[in-house]
Order: sequence, then structure tokens, then C-alpha cells
Amino acid sequence: MSNTKKRIDRGSLITLCIILLIFVVTVVLENTINANSLLFTVIRKGAVYSLVAVSMNLLNGFTGLFSLGQAGFMLLGAYTYAILTIPNSVRDTIYYLFQGSSFHFSLLDIFQGALGETFGLIVAVILACICAGIVAAFFAFLIGLPVLRLKSDYLAIATLGFAEILRAIFQWEKLGKVTNGANALRGYPTFSDFNIKNSSGMIVFRLSSFVPLLLAGICIAIIVLLINSSYGRAFKAIRDDEVAAEAMGINLAKHKQLSFCISSFFAGVGGALFAMFASTVQAKTFTSAMTYEILLIVVIGGIGSISGSCLASFLYIACSEWWLRFLDNTMYIGGTQVPLLRNGFRMVVFSVIIMIVVLFFRQGIMGSRELPDLFRRKRIKEGKSDE
Amino acid sequence: MSDTVLEIKDLYVSYGGIEAVKGISIDVHEGKIVTLIGSNGAGKSTTLKSVAGLVKPKSGSIKYKGQELIGLSPDKIVSAGVVLVPEGRRVFPNLTVKENLRMGAYLRKDDLTADYEYVYELFPRLKEREWQLAGTLSGGEQQMLAVGRALMSKPELIMMDEPSLGLAPLVVQDIFKIIKTINKAGITVLLIEQNAFMALETADWAYVLETGEITHSREGLDLLEDNTIQEAYLGKSKA
Repeated sequence: MSNTKKRIDRGSLITLCIILLIFVVTVVLENTINANSLLFTVIRKGAVYSLVAVSMNLLNGFTGLFSLGQAGFMLLGAYTYAILTIPNSVRDTIYYLFQGSSFHFSLLDIFQGALGETFGLIVAVILACICAGIVAAFFAFLIGLPVLRLKSDYLAIATLGFAEILRAIFQWEKLGKVTNGANALRGYPTFSDFNIKNSSGMIVFRLSSFVPLLLAGICIAIIVLLINSSYGRAFKAIRDDEVAAEAMGINLAKHKQLSFCISSFFAGVGGALFAMFASTVQAKTFTSAMTYEILLIVVIGGIGSISGSCLASFLYIACSEWWLRFLDNTMYIGGTQVPLLRNGFRMVVFSVIIMIVVLFFRQGIMGSRELPDLFRRKRIKEGKSDE
Repeated sequence: MSDTVLEIKDLYVSYGGIEAVKGISIDVHEGKIVTLIGSNGAGKSTTLKSVAGLVKPKSGSIKYKGQELIGLSPDKIVSAGVVLVPEGRRVFPNLTVKENLRMGAYLRKDDLTADYEYVYELFPRLKEREWQLAGTLSGGEQQMLAVGRALMSKPELIMMDEPSLGLAPLVVQDIFKIIKTINKAGITVLLIEQNAFMALETADWAYVLETGEITHSREGLDLLEDNTIQEAYLGKSKA
């Protein structure tokens, strides 16, 4: 038994080292190569999507509740974050169509006034992210009361409907003084505000890609701890067999509600991070297509694998934002136009790749394994060959 | 005689207008093995599920040590010391054997070391497969795990729904041996079986259920001799 324990530690240790290495490399690259490289867009968006995909995996992969409300909870998180942190000085110009905002409370102003520029920014952003999560979780709690009685497809339809209704409500003119109607919210702190500048405003040290990685990393670490706790085991038990779980004394309603709220909390935080990434928030971006994107990432990565979801979201974002970009540009070789390469062809190729994954790698990249398992497997095999 | 721990009185259960259980009354005495036999659809499983709180009865009462169980949630009933081993094994296939056992003790906050040892002593095979996913176990091993998992909640009354279902004859004998061992350790057993012969041999007291009603209730071995029972459940023709 002690042997197994040792192996678990080693596998996790290697994983931890890899994660740290990624963090360090990101910081180094950011400060050495061209900061406008698409690589950094991929890192930032990938980090945000990792968190949202993991939060969806917690619900779909670990608790067995098929919910499609993720974009709705991201929307709640993004708006909460933006509304709480837009500085009062620019608020009225952003809400000019509605003659100013009815909301004159900015966490950023409060904390930057009290704690100074840098420290105030950090505290305000973290607090606003937590608020974003809490708002999302609160709505999840309300919607969960009636909806979580439903099963599989019905639950998916109900949550999808909820997300769509939410999107419509946020674009409603009557709420314009709070949500700015169909117009974008902007002016709140984004990832680039975390770059360290000198007194004349020149950037001396870039952190704008490291910060999203760090924030998403912390949230994912919390989810991993949760999954390995006794609550996590109860979630998996519910996924595996509801009747048996209930017979063992697991309160189904309570645990489903808990999982739904926690998942939505992190989707809300993910929404806040998405707002920071995109630097504007508009309800029309949080469509059901976004939920499907995240679902796709979860499926490609492996339902029930946290590291799979992370890996898949970086791959997915890299493909859609970077590697397959050339397919959209018309290209000439020796005066003749290369056939098929035109705007929109990227999505065709992308769809084919996804079909191949679904047909031949049904378990996704990782199946239900995690990154440390891969190192553990190797160790066990090595041990066997030694004998 | 010993005290009645479980007292079911005039229990009626219906599923969407169809009555599955029509006013049955059952007494389970402390430290005994009581069996409910009957054919498919007789209402055996429904009765057990009602006791475990998984099904809401229409009327009647289920008293465990004087405490009314109807209306309590399943987790409260498990905490009270009544646990159900559901039909068809139903282990958690993607959890390891040990995690499955741990789920059985989900509501307990105390130390589990002694309980793991007790279960592993009863089922040495589970000890060997401690780190294996439960879904990869054989049918017999899964049934053992299901029983072990239920024992982890430290029950005083264990209810088993068709523990022999789909198992090889030798494995069935093992399961019944285990049932006797558990019972000797002081746990009351309420057993449902289609394998009437094995059940009647093992049980101290037996009830026969037919289309939601109790038709016979007698000591197990007595019932085994009964001609009508033999015809109906043991497949012996009229001599």
C-alpha cells in the first residue's frame, strides 16, 4: 500500500512540475518574443476555456447531469464582473445611450483609492471574480430547484432554454441602465492591466498571459480538490448509479444541487475571465454556440478527465484561432489560386477533424484518465519489466 | 422470544394507479433471517424499497424499533441502521472497490479501518482487488462488493433484493453462507429471493407474496415441506 501511495505522489509531482514549467515558459516567452503573437491569444483564451470546460465536466462528466447552461452562467459572471469594476469616471460615457448608469459603485475605485494602484487592482479583480461566481451560483440554485428533477435530455433542454432567456433579458432595453442593453460594456480592468508599467506608462514586464493562467489554474485546482474529496466521490457515485447512491444514504437532491451550484460558480468566474480576455462584454456573444464549443472541448478531452478538458481547450483554441487560420486566406502559388482556400473553409476542416475524433477516439484524448495517471502507468510498466 | 425490530402494517403501494402492494403486514424479529418469496411482480422489491425510503407508500406504516420510517428520506433511514442491497448488484462501476466500500460509509464520520478489515475478512477476494474498478469485477465479486458496501454503513437490519440473481450455483451457495455469517454477527436480515429453495433453507421465518398480498407465513423449513409451495415455487409436480 505504501508503494502505491509513493507512486501517486510521484505522478502528481511530475504533473505539478509540468504546470510550473508552463507558467515559467509563458512568463519568459511573453517578455522575449513579439507580444502580439497569436500564441498569447491562445494561452489567454485557452486558460479561460479550460476553466469553463472543467466546470462543465464537473457537472456532465463527474455528476452525470447533462446541462447546457454554461454560456448563461458565463454571461451572468461576465456582466457581474464588468458592472462591479467599471471605474465611475468612465461609467456614464459607456452608458451614454441610457443617459448614464443607475449603478455608481465600483470595486476598482474603492480599492485603488484605499490600497494604491497595483494592490487595489488585484484585490478588486479577485473580489469581482468571486462575486461573479456567487451571482452565477445563486441563479443556478434558483433554477436548480425545479430543473434538477429532470433527467438527461430534458435537463439539457431546460438549462439551454434558461441560458437563452437570460441572454434575451440582458439585451432588454428596459434594463439598459444596468446592463447597457444590447451595447457593449467596456473600460473595466482586463488582462493587459496586469502588465507592469513604469512611471511614463511604458511596459517593463508583461504578465497579461500569466495572470489568466494563474487564475484559471487556482480555480481548477480547487475543483480537483473537490473531486477527490468525499463529495467528489458522492458525485461519481450518483453518476454511476443513482438508485444505489440513494440506497447508500446519499441525498440525491442535495448533492445534485451542490454540484450544479459549484459548476455554475466556476462558470461564472470563467465568464469574468472571458470578459477580461475580450475587453468588452456583450450579451450576444454568449450564445448556445459557445456552450456547444465548450461541450465539444469536454468531449474531445474526455468526459470525466480534468486534464483532458484543459488539454483539449488549448488545442481547440489553438486550432480555431491560430493553426487553421491560413485556410481562410486565399493563397496564390505561382500565379494560380489554390483551390478551396477561402473565408469559411477553416470551419469545414475543423468539422472534419471533430468528426474524426468522435468516430475514432470516442473516449476523447484522455478518456477518464488524468495526467498523473499517465506517469503512474509508465512507472508500473517499468516496474513489471524489471521483474 | 426476541423483539420485533421491523413492523410493516397494512402497507399499500401503487405506481400510477396500479397497486403493487395490497395491504401486507410483516414482522421481522431481531437477529433473525426473514425471507419474502414470490414470483415476478408479486411486490417483493416494492416492499423493500418502501422500507428503504426509495418508494413512497400510499398508506400503512413501517416501524423500525418503534420509529415510523414512512416519510423519512433514504439517508435518514440509512442513519437509523436500515440498509438495502439493491437488486442487480448495482456497484459503482467507475469507482475502485475501496471507494465503493467507502461510499457505503458515506454518512459515517468515525474511523473506518476496523470496518474495512471486517469486510475484507468476510470477502478476502475484495481485498485482492482493492484498487480495481468495480465494473471489472465478476458478477459474484460485484454481489460481494454490494453486500460489503452495505455492511460499511454498520447496519442493524440489512435488506437484500435477490442476491442470487444471475449468479452461478456455486457462487449462490457462497452468498448464502455469507448471509448466515452476517446474521450470526448479530445483524437482522430481510431477504427477497426467487431461489425459494435456498431462501427457505436459510431463513428462520418466511412470507409468501402473491400479487401484492401475503398468502403464507411460516417458519422457513416448515414452508419448504408445504405441498402448495412446492408446486408453485420449487417446481415439483403433484405426487
